[in-house]
Amino acid sequence: MSLKAFHLIFVTLLTALTFGCAAWAFATGNAFWGAAGIVAGILVIFYGVYFLKKLKRISYL
Amino acid sequence: MDIPYTIKNRPDTGLYNAKLGVWLFLASEVMLFGGLFSAYILLRVGAPTGTWPHGWLDVRLGTVNTLLLALSAITTLLAWASCKVREFGKFKFFHACTILLALTFLGIKSYEYHDKLVHYEIQLNNGKIADGHLVEKSADFNLAKKTGSVTLHGHEVETHAELMDLRSEEAKKAVHAELIIPASEIKHMENYGPRHNTFTAIYFTLTGLHALHILGGTLVIFYFWGPGRKMWQTEPERFTNRIEVSGLFWHFVDLVWIFLFPVLYLT
Repeated sequence: MSLKAFHLIFVTLLTALTFGCAAWAFATGNAFWGAAGIVAGILVIFYGVYFLKKLKRISYL
Repeated sequence: MDIPYTIKNRPDTGLYNAKLGVWLFLASEVMLFGGLFSAYILLRVGAPTGTWPHGWLDVRLGTVNTLLLALSAITTLLAWASCKVREFGKFKFFHACTILLALTFLGIKSYEYHDKLVHYEIQLNNGKIADGHLVEKSADFNLAKKTGSVTLHGHEVETHAELMDLRSEEAKKAVHAELIIPASEIKHMENYGPRHNTFTAIYFTLTGLHALHILGGTLVIFYFWGPGRKMWQTEPERFTNRIEVSGLFWHFVDLVWIFLFPVLYLT
């Protein structure tokens, strides 16, 4: 597995973490940080798509 | 004698040797951290009700550190991608960013450790508990001889249980003030170091081991950024593979933090 593939796993887990943190913030009554977590999660998804396009020629192996 | 398969992939494994080596190493690391995470889960589910701390760690600092490591994963990837397209200047820039981000992470972690080590829980002779951060010890303070006094910035509680959940409404309402406590009134005094309780023990073990990995990774990345970069002049492909291998290790360390942060800071 190349660094590209490992980075994809990292970005996926980071997305899960940001949405998880958003859920935690909403559950503890902090709507601002919950919204911030959702925005961060969306940004991470956009970054993931961008990085995949940018490194299209590099192998996953 | 040349080391074989540092650039081209071995026909049988399909990988160059360093990549196979780092993956075997990371497999052993998974077992190491997996064992410690298992220990955490068992200690936590085995803790009697009301004895496991909540809200003892600063979520804001943990969030900043998560952001720093996420950014460092990106700069590591960009450094490797720069090598791939033969842009050495960009590689140096992105690796320098990784080093700075890692050092900032360690700085914040050190601050958090310091905060715990100057945080004291003092059992008083009257049965109450004084809890707070140490402001100063008088020059003649000696707990064994019962001389002098300590000054804490904190508050007094009736029972130990009141200190367990700092996210509770009661804990948030607590008024913190400067408390001057004579040594003669102190029954027992202990900071929030690793031996304070099960939580601090597993917290310092997990984050300390993780911080050592960050430190080790930073040293390797610094080597490739500094003295080790000479290889770029003679064997750029081999150098690029080295950057990939160090990047794989760095991503693993970042992944460990993605699990550590919610487990320790949010639960």
